[in-house]
Amino acid sequence: MLFILLCASVLVGISFGPTKLNLSELFSSKNVVILHLRIARVILGLIAGAGLAVAGVIFQGILRNSLAEPYVLGVSSGAGLGAVLALFFNLSMQFLPVTAFLGAGLTMFIVYAIAKINGRVSSHSLLLSGVIVGAIFSSLLLFFVSISPNEAMHGITWWLLGSLQVSEIKLLVGIGILILIGICVAIYFARDLNAISLGEDEAHHLGINVELVKKILFIAASLITGSVVCVCGIIGFVGLIIPHAIRLICGANNRIVIPASAISSGTFLILADTLSRTLIPPVEIPIGVITALIGGPIFIALLRKKQKAHF
Amino acid sequence: MPELIEVKNISCGYCNFPVLKSVSFEIKDGEFLGIIGPNGSGKSTLLKSLSHSLKPRQGVINYHDKNLYSITNTEIARDFAFVPQDTVFNFSFTVWEVALMGRIPYLKPMQKESRSDLEIAQESMRITDTLKLKMRQINELSAGEKQMVIIAKALTQEPKVLFLDEPTSHLDIGHQIKILNLVKELNRNKKITVIIVLHDLNLASEYCDKILLLSEGAVNKIGPAQEVLTYETIENVYKTLVLVHKNPVSGKPHILLLKKEKA
Repeated sequence: MLFILLCASVLVGISFGPTKLNLSELFSSKNVVILHLRIARVILGLIAGAGLAVAGVIFQGILRNSLAEPYVLGVSSGAGLGAVLALFFNLSMQFLPVTAFLGAGLTMFIVYAIAKINGRVSSHSLLLSGVIVGAIFSSLLLFFVSISPNEAMHGITWWLLGSLQVSEIKLLVGIGILILIGICVAIYFARDLNAISLGEDEAHHLGINVELVKKILFIAASLITGSVVCVCGIIGFVGLIIPHAIRLICGANNRIVIPASAISSGTFLILADTLSRTLIPPVEIPIGVITALIGGPIFIALLRKKQKAHF
Repeated sequence: MPELIEVKNISCGYCNFPVLKSVSFEIKDGEFLGIIGPNGSGKSTLLKSLSHSLKPRQGVINYHDKNLYSITNTEIARDFAFVPQDTVFNFSFTVWEVALMGRIPYLKPMQKESRSDLEIAQESMRITDTLKLKMRQINELSAGEKQMVIIAKALTQEPKVLFLDEPTSHLDIGHQIKILNLVKELNRNKKITVIIVLHDLNLASEYCDKILLLSEGAVNKIGPAQEVLTYETIENVYKTLVLVHKNPVSGKPHILLLKKEKA
């Protein structure tokens, strides 16, 4: 059923846009550019959505906190800082995703290194070091923005708000591969993640090499988040609410939660992007605004319904 | 009976603070060993190092004449199962999913549980009387029911040794007895060796074949309840006055607490 929804949303995403065209016009040769642009956006929506949801599930599992989201450990600030530095040193715009990705990667490395005490990384210290490193990097980001005379810098806040605009097909393929690898890793370790989300001691007594699995999953989630942020900016909320909603419907088993969240989150992001392009054309509403405005109420409704069932 | 676990002169601890100091003893196959002692005497630390979670800084623990810490995690998880004091569930797993996690040591990643895996989990739930809760969410259950599910998960591992760390301290007397009766039954019928940390001296006296009394990180006494639970020993180690008499039904020592502090 999720697949049918996904296919439907792909069609919707391709057929609607600021330029009004019906399907036959869209597939005619003179509009081939628009068609390609829309297909690329839909694909980006699918992989970014799937990636964010899976990264969310991983962080929620290893931090044992269902409120964790892909940006909780400061990845977004690191990526933002990377992007700002690229602009600050007047690098060409096409380097921006690269430096953003490096920034994200470096942040996760620092966060992990700080949290590591005696060879063990507790979820508590990971969370703390993530929040602190994130805060420091956001301040640095603002510092560089404020001292720069470069006008483009002020566009950075806009970039950070998130968009599914595709600048380069090569980039799309690149992050697509990285995200796909990340998702496969998550599915491979889904059972171990179940055990770790019960508790690290419990997982240890079930024969799992907890520190190693956590490290691999952490790298996978960072890779996914970094890839998404460097191309799409920060699309909030998706990585938090989609896995949560899936858990409310299908239970907590990550072997189901991971693939189900990936598919439904992809669907959700394609639809949200379609709305962001078509609601008030030619203005494009930041997709993060749409995801929060739609996702929030749906989530509240689900939560209320679930809680009522208890009493 | 052959020695199952041999503890030779181990010292253990966190950072630079040693909790256990040159502890040595043996555990025989099929034994029901209780570990008792005041707070901070090293009970949990000892249980951790016995259960392959905390490598001793000095000394050796042998399991089947093999260094315990040279055996891999997965291998040991097929022989050892651990029941903690309580487990916090942040995610709404069903009881069935939790019980089935006990099969993890036997499965490769991505491998689907076979029919026999499912049957083993089902059987553990039957033994622990949790079948009726099968599709309920674990975090909706009472503390007693939860602990039964955790034991079901442990049994699904098909352990040869069952470790329990104060498994009954949050429970009412009904559940305390229910759980300890179950553990005793497993020990007798399935020949599972039991190593249990208990706070309640009377429960330890009733259920354990052998009691190990820890005091300040060292073995104070080890032996049957009658030998270990004498009023001199208890007053010395716990620094409080007690009266020890005989439980009229079982004949085991029974400890009464007295209000007056030891002079």
